[in-house]
Amino acid sequence: MSPQHKLADADTAAHTVEQPTTRRSGNRTRRGGALTRALGYTALVVVALLYIYPFLIQLAASFKTDADATSNPLSLWPTHFTTAAFSRLAEADYPRWFTNSVVVALLVTAGRVFFDSLAGYALARLRFRGRGALFAAVIAVMAVPGVVLLIPKFLVLNQLGMYDSYSGMIVPLLADAAGVFIMKQFFESIPVSVEEAARIDGASTFRIFWSVVLPMAKPALITLTILSFQGSWNELPHFIVSRQSPELNTLTSGVASLVSGQLGSGNQYPLKLAATLLMTIPVALVFFAFQRHFVRGGTSGATKG
Amino acid sequence: MNEPNPGPAQGPGSGPAPARTAAAAKASGGRGRRERSPRGGIRGREGLAGWLFVSPVIVVLGLFLVVPILMALWVSLSDWNGQGSPFSSGVHFDGAENYEQIVTKPGLAQSDFMTSLRNNAYYVLFVVPLQTALALGLALLVNGRRLKGKGFFRTAYYFPAVTSSVAISVVFLFIFSSSGVVNSLLAKIGVDGPAWFADPRGIIHLALGALGVNTDAPPAALADTTVGGLSLWDWFSGPSVAMTAVIALVVWTTAGTFMLMFLAALQDIPLEVEEAAEIDGTGRWQRFRHVTLPMLKPTLFLVLTLGLIGTWQVFDQIYVMSKGAPAKTTLTPAFLSYQSSFTDNEWGQGSAIAFILFAIIVAMTLLQRFILRDKDEARAKAATRRAAKAARSGSGPTTGAA
Repeated sequence: MSPQHKLADADTAAHTVEQPTTRRSGNRTRRGGALTRALGYTALVVVALLYIYPFLIQLAASFKTDADATSNPLSLWPTHFTTAAFSRLAEADYPRWFTNSVVVALLVTAGRVFFDSLAGYALARLRFRGRGALFAAVIAVMAVPGVVLLIPKFLVLNQLGMYDSYSGMIVPLLADAAGVFIMKQFFESIPVSVEEAARIDGASTFRIFWSVVLPMAKPALITLTILSFQGSWNELPHFIVSRQSPELNTLTSGVASLVSGQLGSGNQYPLKLAATLLMTIPVALVFFAFQRHFVRGGTSGATKG
Repeated sequence: MNEPNPGPAQGPGSGPAPARTAAAAKASGGRGRRERSPRGGIRGREGLAGWLFVSPVIVVLGLFLVVPILMALWVSLSDWNGQGSPFSSGVHFDGAENYEQIVTKPGLAQSDFMTSLRNNAYYVLFVVPLQTALALGLALLVNGRRLKGKGFFRTAYYFPAVTSSVAISVVFLFIFSSSGVVNSLLAKIGVDGPAWFADPRGIIHLALGALGVNTDAPPAALADTTVGGLSLWDWFSGPSVAMTAVIALVVWTTAGTFMLMFLAALQDIPLEVEEAAEIDGTGRWQRFRHVTLPMLKPTLFLVLTLGLIGTWQVFDQIYVMSKGAPAKTTLTPAFLSYQSSFTDNEWGQGSAIAFILFAIIVAMTLLQRFILRDKDEARAKAATRRAAKAARSGSGPTTGAA
């Protein structure tokens, strides 16, 4: 993290200069404060509306009739309140898509958390030949863009006979380089002394990893769990190229197929928006419960390269 | 894959590792490291454990990342048509035929590919500056020192970035539908909004039309010169009206993520620095221009280059919202490679497009590494020199990745 270093220098420099004048600056800022603050809040609220309004429209339109949604797109209150869209979804394949998404996301999350931390631990702590090269490979793999892999992944799944099956949808997602990287960085930040003590007591490497190191890695594990869940829940391209049967649709690929005209006549926006509303809820719940970790994951992803 | 790695622990991994553990042991009291020499057996076991621990990841990434790339490389050089295995005897080596088809040989494949490059280039040109500016603006807003409820606003701005791209795309289809939210708002101020996702007109063409250029009969110099299967007039179309809706969606969605990066950087700026500038009597804008912005420079570069890398990969939104329509003006290389393969059974061309896209993105990544690295490098060098003087520990553990 280069900025920190630079800023830390600037910080110390500023401290030496600044000390005696702090009080004066306090007075100065307070005078123009009220107006600035009012302006600041206005801007914050206007932009927040821009960000929240689409979700409110999504919510409101899910409970409208087709005609109402088309003629009054702006209104946040349905003229005729109806849950028709939801009951139609319940009768269609939607529950099946939901189940598929849950199964895939849970298995992928469990796999990533376990395999990524195993590998991260090995790369951070265990000494073995080829470790440096492996880590270099992990870094290189992180730079491979996902969209470039669409066709390649299909080719391999097809060759292996895994195309159009749950295994083809799940196994390729069971490990990811970014997760390995996050875990490695974290393990390197924990002091070695505890592990050393356990090792002297004769614990096996896996035992040390499982009962000594992992419990200490809780924050990183939570971050990785959330990122994996969110990532696999929202994943679209992989489920386009790894399956074709309608009954293997996840929410993302299923809802995408709704949009591309599987519905027959009319826009049917209430139905589509209800479908997206329901698929947003799980991730939204996780997000609001673990916001701090999202923020950390978001920025750690940035420094991964 | 052919990705030069910026530094951390390259080369024969055994180099820095013992030095690091030894240093760590020294730092943590130095106990328990003594038995290094009689530990041959344990060390061997550690090596085995190491490989066992990484093996699941190696298998998954190798089988579904490295092997696929090699296999696609073969397909891009072959005449495989999607029937049977690409390794069966009926499939022939075709040389660079597929690449020539999409890049140099006049025809539909070439003009489609060039159109997709044009569309994506305009998309990048608009999305990257807009999302960066919006992200910076949001960060500055939320960073206001004396504002209450910052957490709420930060959450609101970041939320779209964590939700599914499919869900957001559907919501925006509704918002930008011909009788949708945007057009209803435009109608309120007396503007007749376009039929967004059915409108292939380029916005530069529209602007020229507004200036009095006859867009139905464009200047011959532009219309008659063809580069890569597209006339110059077509190259200079600008993003289509449909594409601008996609651009709006993406800018709106991704700004939140980059806002967090700017926010982290802003919060690292010591209060005293800004206050010192304030006391010196500098105005708000000057303070931003000469104090805040220079300190944000590394983050700004990071956000710009991440944007350049990410925007060449747009796929989900196109797949959900437009599938390349109208008139191929939202076709992007990523979507075209999917479409050529899965819809048109031109697997060789599809793979070739994927590799060209790969090359573009690798170029952007290298650019990023180059821009972000040279300062770190200089600092690292200085630090190593200093460290080498104090203790001759060699390169030592490098600080993470750039």
